[in-house]
Amino acid sequence: MRGEADININRVDWPTVLIYFALVILGWINIYAAVYDSQNAKSIFDVSINSGIQLVWIGTAIAIIIVIMAADHRLFENLAIPIYLIFLVLLLLTPFIGKEVNGQILSIGFGSFRIQPGEFAKFATGLALAKVMERPTFDLSKGTYQLRAFAVLLIPVALIILQPDTGTAMVYFALLLMFYREGLPQYYFILGFGMVALTLLALGISNNIYLAIGIAVIIAILIMMGRKTPQRIIAFSLIGIGLIAYTYSLDFVLEKLPEHQQNRIMVLFDPDIDPLGVGWNVTQSKIAIGSGGLLGKGYLQGTQTKFDFVPEQHTDFIFCTLGEEFGWLGSLVVISLFVGLLYRLVIMAERQKNRFSRIYGYSVVSILLFHFMINIAMTIGLFPVVGIPLPFFSYGGSSLWSFTILLFVFIKMDSSRALQLGRLN
Amino acid sequence: MNDQRPLVIIIFIFLVGLVLLVKLFTIQVLDDSFMKKAERNAIQRIVDHPYRGLVYDRNGKLLVYNNPIFDLMIVPKEFQVGDTTRFLELFQISKEELIESYTAARKYSSVKPSTFIKQISTEDFARIQDFLIDYPGLFIMTRSVRSYPSPVASHALGYIGEISGRQLERDSSGYYRQGDYVGLSGMESYYEKELRGVKGVKYKMVNVRGIDKGPFKDGEYDTASVAGSNITSTIDLELQRYGELLLQGKTGSVVAIEPKTGEILAMISAPFYDPNGLTGADFSKNYQILNKEFSKPLFNRPIMAMYPPGSIFKIVQSLIGLQEGILVPSTTFACNKSLVACHNHPSPVDLFGAIRNSCNPYYHQAFRQIINQEKSPNTFVDTKIGLTSWREKVQKFGLGSTLGLDMNGERGGSIPSSAYYDKVYGEGRWKYSTIYSLSIGQGEMQVTPLQMANLAAIFANKGYYYTPHLVKAINGDKNNIPDEYLQRKDVGIDAKHFDLIQEAMAAALYGTANRAVMADLVIAGKTGTAQNPHGEDHSVFIAFAPKEDPKIAIAVYVENAGWGGRAAASTASLMIEKYIRKEVKRLDLENYVLAGNFIY
Repeated sequence: MRGEADININRVDWPTVLIYFALVILGWINIYAAVYDSQNAKSIFDVSINSGIQLVWIGTAIAIIIVIMAADHRLFENLAIPIYLIFLVLLLLTPFIGKEVNGQILSIGFGSFRIQPGEFAKFATGLALAKVMERPTFDLSKGTYQLRAFAVLLIPVALIILQPDTGTAMVYFALLLMFYREGLPQYYFILGFGMVALTLLALGISNNIYLAIGIAVIIAILIMMGRKTPQRIIAFSLIGIGLIAYTYSLDFVLEKLPEHQQNRIMVLFDPDIDPLGVGWNVTQSKIAIGSGGLLGKGYLQGTQTKFDFVPEQHTDFIFCTLGEEFGWLGSLVVISLFVGLLYRLVIMAERQKNRFSRIYGYSVVSILLFHFMINIAMTIGLFPVVGIPLPFFSYGGSSLWSFTILLFVFIKMDSSRALQLGRLN
Repeated sequence: MNDQRPLVIIIFIFLVGLVLLVKLFTIQVLDDSFMKKAERNAIQRIVDHPYRGLVYDRNGKLLVYNNPIFDLMIVPKEFQVGDTTRFLELFQISKEELIESYTAARKYSSVKPSTFIKQISTEDFARIQDFLIDYPGLFIMTRSVRSYPSPVASHALGYIGEISGRQLERDSSGYYRQGDYVGLSGMESYYEKELRGVKGVKYKMVNVRGIDKGPFKDGEYDTASVAGSNITSTIDLELQRYGELLLQGKTGSVVAIEPKTGEILAMISAPFYDPNGLTGADFSKNYQILNKEFSKPLFNRPIMAMYPPGSIFKIVQSLIGLQEGILVPSTTFACNKSLVACHNHPSPVDLFGAIRNSCNPYYHQAFRQIINQEKSPNTFVDTKIGLTSWREKVQKFGLGSTLGLDMNGERGGSIPSSAYYDKVYGEGRWKYSTIYSLSIGQGEMQVTPLQMANLAAIFANKGYYYTPHLVKAINGDKNNIPDEYLQRKDVGIDAKHFDLIQEAMAAALYGTANRAVMADLVIAGKTGTAQNPHGEDHSVFIAFAPKEDPKIAIAVYVENAGWGGRAAASTASLMIEKYIRKEVKRLDLENYVLAGNFIY
């Protein structure tokens, strides 16, 4: 055994660990602020309130960290596929054995001990992708390999959508960032961003006729610029017609969506669309953050988050508490910590000696970046309200545990990179 | 092969951070609208309305106080009706009213209190308060309305009401809010700042459901309300009440002044109204009724009605003539009825006789001498010089402009100027024969009853007055009243000239106003008749008494009551008796006035 070398403290990337603990503690402090009631003040350690419970989660997360750091460095590589399969089974079983909350079945377990397989499956999917893609012959520019990679990615997504938990399912698409690093051709992204832009335009512009004219003009210019062979003209025309049809079909699809999802999308373009309904969340969240000013109202002095104006304030909208009580400077600190963490993780991923660790590292970057970006963007009205937590910050055991495992498995890999066989292509 | 891709990813990460920070900077630092919205969300400003100051009469009797009224409030969510029949009986409402009020409250909010039954009387409150405990979700909120133990002096005291939109706009102090009560007339309006006190404010935090979450910042910004100042009025409640009794069923004014101080002892505008009607919930209903009434009970006659001064003005003419040296007591003129009409009396008369007999031709001739002093050979120019100089002297008597009473809406009357005649007749086209009717207080002159009472005070004081006022003390301190009411104003006539005037006024009562004569109290008075082109003339009388040491100066107007010697003189005499003797013994005269049948 190489146990001694496996827990070599000096090889642990301490900046990353420090940022992790900084975020966890800041999160814990803000959870206390979010649930604090000045008329019935309890200690931050009181386990009858969420901050006390979060402290228990933090304690257990530290235990998990110790286990991970003490484990054999090849353990996760070897167990990648079994872990993935176990979570697929759990995801499959969740709708049958899980507990229904608000029409969603997300968690399984017994008594008060419950976990959300969807949260942990991100880590499992990252591991499985790393395992599948690590071989030197695996080339993402080729169709067959693309198909395999997407298969590993999309199976858990399909199962999560069944729960249904669209927000968590979306997170998996963040792994496209890792695919990008691993050589997925750029036109996928150009196409992807193009479609997203077109979708936003179609939803944002009330009269689709302007968009249709715009598309027609661009297609016409493209036809004029190239060779005017019949095939080319027909091909471009069909693409143009397809795009126009897409913009028109969006309204149709949107109408088919349940109303709350329709509103979640439309509220981006018009926050006043439903000020007491879905607009409420975004409006109140912006009021809470916006009223913080430069320096904030002071710890435990927030009024918007304290008095339930912001819903889900200790979980998905925890950033509101920070914004209200610590102001823009608080936002600056937390966003800097996240950006610093992500930057550090990219550097770490790039210094891995084998492809498995690098792919897994980028999976971690992708998932954390997506959560960080979407969660904060939604609290300030830049993105539709999607129920995903802010990593390390939001209240919740499944969330904290899954992000901790996700991150520390990579820190573990990084700390034992000297022992890795150089297998980079 | 993908060398630049990690860099692209790093740039993307920093870009995301930057975009979020820029957006956060705009909403947190640049845009302050969110702070206001947050305050509107969570911080409720609760105004603690101060107790409005009380008003007392000059002897410390209560005139205006605050009467608590009770609103029954409901929190629909907590409300349980229990036995409906018993409930309806207890609160004396119908089932429909119950359903309607409950639905309205529910519609407003199920957790915030709203008014269920407005303005429960003290008696009803006493009846229901013990049973309230049986009905969760109901509670009593106490407010107060102005109340008047004796329903008199309504015009002088004034009323309060909800502030109007226009007043709110003009209020530069920012003190008032929609729905606040404010003094709208009389002393309530003039002494609004003293009476209203200082509002207190409590800031409390509420959660998203409007439920109280305690004081904001532990009450750091809260202020306590300060009760308004109590005002002691110069009004003598008993005199005022007696005067209103005498003017019952009549139209007119009485103003009584203490000559030595300018304090108004009584100020009556008839017809009057019950001030208790213009309070609380019935304000707008009753106001509409009063406002439409033909006799205009809201019109404050003592300061707003204007009449030609008539014969009483002859005293002013006499004084100006004496001061100028144009008249001496022995100056004699014939009662030449070809100049101006007069009644039959011995002729010729000296000044004493002219006042006593109210001789019109005497003043026609005397006034010509006052106006045309031959300062210019051109009679038109000479008249103009004379009128300008005369007008200045008349204005010193407090005529032709407002006196500065502590009440809004006072009118100044008018004393015509040469500019006025220039406008009407053209410059250089009018002379004494154009303006001679001024000599006997007719023509283009107008004065208010208040100014007439002030004239009486001037005659009593032998040449000075204090601006008439209604405030005697604020918070019991006489020094708190406005300075202008403590400044003596001289009318520019030497005191010696008044002796003859006072004698003549005392003598004038015999003959012109026999009814006013009191056996053991010397009243100096002068009758007048304000000509009324629309009907019977208005009866006017001014007086002061006792002649040797005047305690009261009074002006009485009774509209359409004919000759001044009857209605007005009798009323004045009775009020003098009431004020000085505290008791009226001339019951015949009292009955005569109460009967109100002055024209025969």
